[in-house]
Amino acid sequence: MITKRIIPCLDVKNGRVVKGVNFEGLSDVSSPVALAKYYSDCGADELVFYDITASAEGRALFTDILCEVAKTIFIPLTVGGGINTVEDFSRVLACGADKVSVNSGAIKNPDLIAQAANRFGDQCVVISADVKRVDGQFRVFAKGGREDTGMEAISWIRRCVENGAGEVVLNSIDTDGVKGGFDLEMLDAVCNAVSVPVIASGGAGKIEDFVTLFQTLPKVDAGLAASIFHFREVAIPELKETLAAHGIPMRR
Amino acid sequence: MIAIIDYGVGNLFSLKSSFAAIGQEVVVTSDADVIRAADRIVLPGVGAFGDAAKKLRESGMAELVIEQAEAGKPILGICLGMQLLFETGYEYGTHKGLGLIPGEIRAIAEVIPEHLKIPHIGWNALRFTKESELFRYLKDGDHVYFVHSYYATNCSDYVIADAEYGAFLTAAVQNKHVYGCQFHPEKSGDVGLSILRAFCEVEV
Repeated sequence: MITKRIIPCLDVKNGRVVKGVNFEGLSDVSSPVALAKYYSDCGADELVFYDITASAEGRALFTDILCEVAKTIFIPLTVGGGINTVEDFSRVLACGADKVSVNSGAIKNPDLIAQAANRFGDQCVVISADVKRVDGQFRVFAKGGREDTGMEAISWIRRCVENGAGEVVLNSIDTDGVKGGFDLEMLDAVCNAVSVPVIASGGAGKIEDFVTLFQTLPKVDAGLAASIFHFREVAIPELKETLAAHGIPMRR
Repeated sequence: MIAIIDYGVGNLFSLKSSFAAIGQEVVVTSDADVIRAADRIVLPGVGAFGDAAKKLRESGMAELVIEQAEAGKPILGICLGMQLLFETGYEYGTHKGLGLIPGEIRAIAEVIPEHLKIPHIGWNALRFTKESELFRYLKDGDHVYFVHSYYATNCSDYVIADAEYGAFLTAAVQNKHVYGCQFHPEKSGDVGLSILRAFCEVEV
């Protein structure tokens, strides 16, 4: 049986992990390589690297770092941030990434997903959607959740999957940062609309939130989070043990 | 030395890195002399069977792999590279493989329940069906990382491990010194690395 996946997300700027991370025993807390190794050793099933660099120099630094990570860590790596063209896919895949996540790039260029899926395969292409409720409707937001695109989210995500996205990361802006649990209603709507893996993001505050997620929505494939892992509010070994004790299939 | 065969299919960065990480000298190459001189051969692959089989033949690598297998050199096929070791693939048509392992490649959709997602993607547990030196460092139930929509079938004599996904799907095969993994050892953490290590220790 396929296990449910636990995925830490690391934001990288100019080659360093941002958001202060504080771990005992980690001499360089902002080194993407050291952190990736740490999470991999903790039992993370996959890692997401999000490049929040704006400059070309930072971009080059990011790919160097990615290569370093892929030489050290042998679990699936997903890369996102600044992916606007098929060449951007090539750039990060050549450095050892397994999947590439697109967000604003797919909103700006609706053909990007189909082009990338044709060239690299559906399993490579992840649609990452920032979604928020507006006037009783799920809406897609762009530019890191700052701009309402006016598009209805469920049909948008369905279209992305039809075009070749092999996986969906659903980030609920409504629950993000609140730490009150994942957005089960929104996730349920997406799970019912697509037949590819769905990764829940936004809202996890404690271990029980993951238990509730997988018990309530068995169709959800993975839970993604950032700061609760970085700040040790949730330790991955304990999280996976608890989930397994609740009968949720885990890699251990 | 390990030779990873480069025939223009997929990205070999992680595969190369994983052998380097276990201290092996490794090259990615399409040079026949280098491949003949190597101790072991790895046949990678992602994408569609027909396209990859064609590239393998056109690059001259198909003949070379068969020649080297017949000479007794250990060979490891990974993912589509494993599928290409078989006789026939039924992905978008009917295509001839290398024929180093009897059996065929068919769509997962033919054997798993409809509600399960395709591709079979993620971490799944191995169930050993036969003893193999490839798994000498593993225990039953260890997890490895899969990404595939087709699987090997009609090859039960050669299956050394399978994984349950609505049906028991072939996870690894062996015909003497020719091995294949449907999953990605280079993305399967320490478990995957120890499979590669075991392959490197198979006596030549």
